[in-house]
Amino acid sequence: MIKLTVNGKKKTFTGAPFKRLIDVLREDFAITGTKEGCGEGECGACTVLLDGKPVNSCLVPVCQAEGRKIETVESLGTPEKLSKLQSGFLACGGAQCGICTPGMLITAHAHLKSGGGRDSKSVRTALSGNLCRCTGYQDIVKSVISAARSRKK
Amino acid sequence: MRGDAKSMTVLSPRSDAEALKTYAKFPGAIPFAGGTDLMVAWNLGLLNGRAVLDLSRVAAWRKIQVVSDGVDLGSLTTHVQIQAHPILRKKFPLLVAACATVGAAQIQNRGTIGGNIANASPAGDTFPALAVYEATVRIAAPAGRRAVPIADIFAGVKRTTLKPGELIEAVFLPFVKTPARGVFRKVGTRAAQSISKTVFAGLIWTAKSGMVEEARLAFGSMAPTVRRLHAAEAFLRGRRLNDVAIAAAAELMSNDVSPIDDIRSTREYRLAASRNLLVAFLRGKGDK
Amino acid sequence: MSVGKNEPRRDGPAKLTGRALYLDDMSIPGCWHGATVRSTVPHGRIKSVSYDPDFAWNECVIVTAKDIPGKNIVTLIEPDQPLLADGLVRHREEAIVLIAHPDRATAYEAAKRVKIEYEPLPPVFDMEKSDKAFKSYLIERGDLDAGFAAADFVVEGEYRTPSQEQAYIENNAIAAYEENGVLIVTGSLQCPYYVLKAMKQIFNRDESRVRIIQAVTGGGFGGKEEYPSMIAGHAALLALKAGRPVKIVYDRHEDMAATTKRHPAVVRHRTGLTKDGKLLAQDIEVVMDGGAYATLSAVVLSRGTLHAAGVYECPNTRVRSKVVMTNTPPNGAFRGFGAPQTLFAVELHWEKIADALGIDSLTLRRKNIFKLGSTTATGQNLIESVGAEECLEKTVKRSKYEAKRKQYDRWNANPRNSTWKGIGLSVCHHGAGFTGSGEVYLASRAGVALTKTGELIVLAASTEIGQGTNTMFTQIAGDALGVPASWLSVETPDTHKVPDSGPTVASRTCMIVGGLVNRAAHDLKRAFENEYGRVPLTPSDLKKAAAVLCQGTPARRFEVQFEKPAEVVWDDATYRGDAYGVYSYATIVVDLEIDKLTCEVRVNNVTTAQDIGKALNPLLAEGQIIGGSTQGLGWALLEEPLYKDGAMINAQLTNYVIPTALDTPPFEVILVEKPYSRGPFGAKGLGELPMDIPGPAVAAAVKHATGRLIPTLPQTPERIARART
Repeated sequence: MIKLTVNGKKKTFTGAPFKRLIDVLREDFAITGTKEGCGEGECGACTVLLDGKPVNSCLVPVCQAEGRKIETVESLGTPEKLSKLQSGFLACGGAQCGICTPGMLITAHAHLKSGGGRDSKSVRTALSGNLCRCTGYQDIVKSVISAARSRKK
Repeated sequence: MRGDAKSMTVLSPRSDAEALKTYAKFPGAIPFAGGTDLMVAWNLGLLNGRAVLDLSRVAAWRKIQVVSDGVDLGSLTTHVQIQAHPILRKKFPLLVAACATVGAAQIQNRGTIGGNIANASPAGDTFPALAVYEATVRIAAPAGRRAVPIADIFAGVKRTTLKPGELIEAVFLPFVKTPARGVFRKVGTRAAQSISKTVFAGLIWTAKSGMVEEARLAFGSMAPTVRRLHAAEAFLRGRRLNDVAIAAAAELMSNDVSPIDDIRSTREYRLAASRNLLVAFLRGKGDK
Repeated sequence: MSVGKNEPRRDGPAKLTGRALYLDDMSIPGCWHGATVRSTVPHGRIKSVSYDPDFAWNECVIVTAKDIPGKNIVTLIEPDQPLLADGLVRHREEAIVLIAHPDRATAYEAAKRVKIEYEPLPPVFDMEKSDKAFKSYLIERGDLDAGFAAADFVVEGEYRTPSQEQAYIENNAIAAYEENGVLIVTGSLQCPYYVLKAMKQIFNRDESRVRIIQAVTGGGFGGKEEYPSMIAGHAALLALKAGRPVKIVYDRHEDMAATTKRHPAVVRHRTGLTKDGKLLAQDIEVVMDGGAYATLSAVVLSRGTLHAAGVYECPNTRVRSKVVMTNTPPNGAFRGFGAPQTLFAVELHWEKIADALGIDSLTLRRKNIFKLGSTTATGQNLIESVGAEECLEKTVKRSKYEAKRKQYDRWNANPRNSTWKGIGLSVCHHGAGFTGSGEVYLASRAGVALTKTGELIVLAASTEIGQGTNTMFTQIAGDALGVPASWLSVETPDTHKVPDSGPTVASRTCMIVGGLVNRAAHDLKRAFENEYGRVPLTPSDLKKAAAVLCQGTPARRFEVQFEKPAEVVWDDATYRGDAYGVYSYATIVVDLEIDKLTCEVRVNNVTTAQDIGKALNPLLAEGQIIGGSTQGLGWALLEEPLYKDGAMINAQLTNYVIPTALDTPPFEVILVEKPYSRGPFGAKGLGELPMDIPGPAVAAAVKHATGRLIPTLPQTPERIARART
C-alpha cells in the first residue's frame, strides 16, 4: 500500500509498486491532465511536481513517490477560475493543440514560484525540458513573463 | 509503453547495510536511484520480469560532506543538488557546469551522481569533470569498502569495474590547487536536453614563468569510456604553451581517444571539434 | 466586430486546466488494448505466422487479413495499400497481425510472441534507382531551347532534402466500438471523412452504420491526415471481433518508425539568365521518394511540382517530376506537402546564380519576383492579392538585411573572431486550397445551425488541431451574422453531425471552409431578417428568434456547398491554367552565428513578413507563423530520420532532435494583408506557408557565414565542418 498526497488530497495506491507515477495518476486516480508523449524523459509532457520540483512522471515508479507530495496541472486552476499563469497563456497564445500544455504549465509554475528569472533566457532555460511542436515557444515565453508581471501586482 | 509493472519485483532497502545485504541475496536485481536511465529501458519493455533494487531510501548516501581535503558526495546526490552547493560551485565549477547540461530540469531533479557513474554511458557529461578533478568512487560491499579512482571505474560501454554485490556509496572530490584556467564544454545535438557528441573538461596549472606545471585534459563521447589525454598531458608538462607545443599536444590527442561514427555524429567531426576545443583551451580562449 | 481581433482561444480553458480529453484520457468502460505485429523485413513473402504455444492466446483476440469483411485496402487515392499485409510485405514496420488484450503490457508481450518467417525479396532503397513511379508530371511554358540559347549564363545545381518526422507531441491514438449496430471510431485525427471513406470499404458499411468522431487532437501537421484511416481500421477490426471497445495508442517509437513522413526529394535546376540577372529559362527535375505505397504521393508531387519554379516570372519553363516507390514505410502529408522540398531548391539556387553572375541574390529576386499581373509556369495570371514584393521589402527593411550582409562580410574577414556570422533570406509562395479541380472534386459543405433553444452552432468537418479552427469559425460566423463570436459554438467533427467539409489540410480551412461558413451564416442572417425582422440583439432576443425560425423543429440548418470561382480555369490533363485560386506569400530573414571551433549554429533572430490576405485573429496567425517556421528551422538545422535496411534507426525523441525553447530564436512577425476577393474577409491560406521559408534562408545564411553552399538539409555542424575542410 502506497500513500501519497496528490493536489493536496491524501491518496492510497494498492497496485503494483513499480507502476509508473503517470499511470497511477491517469488510470488509478483518474487525474488525466498529465500526458505521455515519449516515455523517454525527453518531451516533458508528463511533468508533475514532486515535493515542489518538476520531474518526468513517466520515469518515476510510484514506490518512489511514497509519502511525497505530487502536484499536477489540475492543482493550478479551473476553467471558471484560471490561475494568473493560465490566464497569461490564454491571453498570449501559449497553448495551441494543448498536449504539451499541462507539463509546460507545471514547469513554468515551479519556475515562477521558486523565484526564477523573468527574462526570456531564464524562462527558456527553465522550459528546455518541455518540448512544444506547435508554438515555436515565443508565445509560451511571453505568457510566462506576462503572468510573472501580473503576479507581482 | 511496454513495461509490465505486475511482473516486477521491487526491493526497497531502508539503509546501506540492508541494501548490501539485499543485493547479495538478489544478485540479479538491478540497482537504481533516480531511475532516469532504468525507466527508459523499462518503458521499452526490456526489463519485464526483473527484480529492481530501489536505493532511494538509503539516507546515508544522500549526504554532502565538506572535509578538510575535499568534498564527499553521497551517491544519491542529484544533479540539482550539486549545482546548488556553494562549496561545489566555488571549488569544483566544472562539475557544476556539467550537471547543468545533463538533460534538463526534470532529469536533473532526479538523476544522481552514483546512478550516472553506474550507468557508465560513454557520453556521461559529468565524467570528464570528475576525471580532471581525479575523483574517487567509494564503493561499499558486504566484505567491506574500497575506493577506486574515477579513471578505473569504467570498463567499457555501459560497463563498470564494480564487482558482484558492490554498490557506489559516494564520490570523493579532492580539493585542487586553484588552476590557472579551467573549462567545461559540451557539444550536444542541440542547445539543451541533448546527448553529447563530444564533451571536454580541462584544468591547467602554470608557473609564473608560463611553464605548464600540470595539465589535466579529459574527453567524453570520444571512446567507450571517458579518457584523459595522457600523452598530451605528459608532453605539456614543463613546456611553455606556445603554438608549436599546442599543435604537438593536439596531435597526441588521437593516442588516447577513438571516436566513432554513430547515430549522432561522425568520427571526422568529433576529432575536428575536439581538437579545436583542446587547442582553444590551451591557447587560453574558448571558455564557455 | 471580432474579425481582426485576438478573440481568446475557445478550446483554451479546457486545455489549460487539463480538462480537455484526448483519446487516451477518455474513459471507455471495458476497453481492451490493441498491439500490432509488424514486418521486420523491407520486402518479402510471408512464409509462415506462428504463435508461441506457451502463451495464453485464449485471453487475446487475434486479427489477420482474413478477418477483413470488405476490401483489404486503406482507401485514399490508389487502392494499393493493404490494411494488413497478406502474403507480401513491402516495407519494414508494415502491419501484419493485430492483437487485443485487456492489459496493455500483455498485449505488447503477445505481439512479441508471434513469429513470422519471410522469404526475403530484393529491396529498393535508393529513390534514384527505383524503376517504379507512382506518378509523374510535366509542366511546360514557352520554348526552353530558345530561352537557353538566348541566355548569357547557365547555372546548374542539385539540391537534396531529407524526410522529416511530424513529431506531434500526442502519438497516434484511436478507439473503436460498436453501439446499436453502428461502428464508432474516435481519436486523434485531422480528417473524419477520410476515415469514414476508408471504413466503409473495409467493413462493407454505408455511412449510417459508421460514425467517426474527432477527439481533442494533440497536433497533426499532416501526420494525422491519412494515417488514422490505417489505425482506425486496425482498432475496428479488433473491436468487432472482440465484441468490445478496443483502443490502439502508439508509443513514440512505434509512431516514429511506422507512420508517414515528409517525402525526401532531389531537385535539379538548370537556369538560363541574362547577364543582368533576368530569368530566361528554367529546367527543373524533381524526384521524390514515396515509400512502399502510393498513399498521397501523387498530390504531394503535384504541389511540389506546381511550386518548383518559385515566385518568379520566367518565360520558358519546364518542370519534370516523378515520385517513386522504395521499400520504406510510406511517406505522406507534412505541412508544406511537397512545396518545402522544391522551394528549398529554387530559393537556394539563387545563391549559386549570384556567385556565377556576380549579382547578389536579393537584387536577382527583385528583378524577377511575381507582381500583380505576372504569369506562372502553368500560365496562371496572378490577377489579385500578390503580396510577394511587400513581404520581401518589409522583411528586408525590418531585419536590416542589406546592412548586415556587409557588416557580416567584414566580421567574417577577421580571423580573430570566434564565430562566423551569416544572414540569409528566402521568398516563397503557397497555393491555398486544393488545386483548381481538387476543390471542385471535394465539393465541400459546411453550415451553421440554429437550435430551437437558441444555440448557434457552426457545422464543419474541419478539425481543431491547434491552429485555431474553432475560434476562427466563431469569428467568421459571428461577424457574418452581426453577433458576438462568443454566441457561437462549433460542433464536434462527427460524421453523423457535420457535413463533409473536406480534409483539414492544404491551408484551406479558413479560406475555403471558412468561406462556406461565412456564406451559410449570411443565409441565416437573411432568415433572421426575413422571418424575425432583425438579427437578434441580446441572448434572450436570440432565444425568441430561434423559436420563431425553428417553429417546433429541433433546429434549422443552413448549409452551403463549394462553388468554384468562375475565373479559376484549370486543365488536369495538361497541367495548365490556374493551379490554385490564390497564393499566399512570405519572406523570411534568418540571422545566425556559427562557432568556429565546433561549427555549431545558433540562430540569433528571425524576421518574417507573411501575406495571408487577412489576419482574422492576429495572435493565432502569429502563433501559426512562429510555430510553422520553427518546424522549418528544425528541418533546416536539426532533424533527419536516419534509415538502415529500410527502417528508421533514430525512432525516438532522444535521437530525432526537434528544437527546444533554447534552440529557438526570437521571431519578429509582420502580417501583410493583400485581401483575396474570394476569401472570407479577404483571407487566404496560412497553415503551411511558414514551413516553406526557413530551409533555404538558413542555407543561404550558412553560405554567407562560411563561404560554402551546402545544397542539402539539415545544415548540421558535421556538414559545415566538412564543407570547410
